[in-house]
Amino acid sequence: MDLERPLPQPITPEAKPYWEGLREQKLMLPRCRACRRAFFYPRVLCPHCHAADIEWFQASGRGKLHSFEIGYQSFNKAFKVKPPFVLAMIELEEGPRMMSNLVGIEPDPKKIRCDMPVEVVFEKQTDEITLPLFRPAGGAR
Amino acid sequence: MKELRNSVCIVGVDESDELGTLPHKSMLTLHLEAVRNAVRDAGLKISDVDGIFTAGQHSPATIGEALGITPQYVDGTTVGGCSFIIMVGHALVALHHGLCDVAVVCHGESGRSGVGVTPRRDTALPGQYEAPFGFGGASTLFGMITTRHMHEHGTTLEQWAQVAVSTRQWAALNPKAKNREPITIADVLNSRPICYPFNVLNICLVTDAGGAVVLTRADRAKDCAKKPVYVRGAGEATEHVSLTQMKNLTFSEATRMSGTKAFTMAGVTHKDFNHLMFYDAFTSGPPIMLESLGFCKPGEGVHFFDNGRSTPGGSLPINTNGGGLSYTHSGMYGIFPIIEAARQLRGECGPRQVPKCTVSLVNGMGGMLSAAGTLVLSSEK
Repeated sequence: MDLERPLPQPITPEAKPYWEGLREQKLMLPRCRACRRAFFYPRVLCPHCHAADIEWFQASGRGKLHSFEIGYQSFNKAFKVKPPFVLAMIELEEGPRMMSNLVGIEPDPKKIRCDMPVEVVFEKQTDEITLPLFRPAGGAR
Repeated sequence: MKELRNSVCIVGVDESDELGTLPHKSMLTLHLEAVRNAVRDAGLKISDVDGIFTAGQHSPATIGEALGITPQYVDGTTVGGCSFIIMVGHALVALHHGLCDVAVVCHGESGRSGVGVTPRRDTALPGQYEAPFGFGGASTLFGMITTRHMHEHGTTLEQWAQVAVSTRQWAALNPKAKNREPITIADVLNSRPICYPFNVLNICLVTDAGGAVVLTRADRAKDCAKKPVYVRGAGEATEHVSLTQMKNLTFSEATRMSGTKAFTMAGVTHKDFNHLMFYDAFTSGPPIMLESLGFCKPGEGVHFFDNGRSTPGGSLPINTNGGGLSYTHSGMYGIFPIIEAARQLRGECGPRQVPKCTVSLVNGMGGMLSAAGTLVLSSEK
């Protein structure tokens, strides 16, 4: 099967619970047991208090569109999703921000607003890799 | 910090022999041409150089070897396009303490033609968290900052476009600039959409180019060929690499910190500058840098480009070489605003010369406002 997207290569050891969660349609986030704050991307030291006591929990999958762009061409040979597509920075309800795509909406800057509520949708790529995409909250796809 | 003020001078600056689309020249050639030309501009010999400062794919050891010299001080700090601006600060410290006597900060990049370049490989982080969604290259990232700025401050596409129009007016006066024909706001708004909120005229050029800056201590600078340019202040900082880690997308903490350090070392305030050089990979960059450096309140940076203020004849000229937007942008642009500031302070810019240019600011970013370097340069001690 031809893949539409470049997939992570490699998956780094500290990120395994994240990618394993996605495979089961769960958005898993690391959280510091010392200061109780969630963060993203996964790493072995808390970026807030620098403790090394990290746990994982399932995030709500809800958040806001912090910012966005609309790609009118491909910027990476391995990315074959047909333009225009929406590049998105999501601010999760739990605090951390992550990059993704906004789907289920017309890629028109007049229709997309920063801070609009969004929710995760899981898009399976391979048996190993599922990606978290986001759509307008409550929106049918 | 204050003992560093004015202790070191820029004594030589120049670009590679050619700038633009140069499929007949390797990255190494662009590098060596720039070094030879800048050393010649200083009235020095390559054999005088004993400190090499360079960023990017070539290590300072490679440049030393290719030049046939054995530098006793090297620095390869690579934190994006502002690395060369940061390295002027590093050279300042090394020269001041006698760790080297003649420092060259140099850059060569076959950014357009890719001659003699090792293909870039994704590291683990963007490969896992950005590339799967179509991110790839600066124009898919800096727009995040820009869209959010429009949301928070009500900045408009027309205001960003004005930055491109102003910069092109300067390029028209620079024979080395790639794009010199005048443009209007409508031209920018109607140019090819690349990645909202950017059209092609909001985005820097992609060229092949080299540049170099030669520095020595102030006492020795008097014996060089040209009028010395004093390094009055220097500052640097890094905040993030991935934009998801930037605390406030519309305000660069690294830029603020680098500016505070440089202004304190120099003993200057915002109103002391006659001339500003910013790293303009995108039209939204200079206004956000002005805001982060404290020249104005957040959201007001675009007004520096209103009513001809930043243009030829204006009260505060900005990016007088034509910038990365219209002059040249090889990939790591940071060497070029230093070259232009030094030329303006020497008074050798011909039709684009800023009258009574005595104190110049150079501020640049690495990555997406991830790293920052600020210099205060001055024609007098």
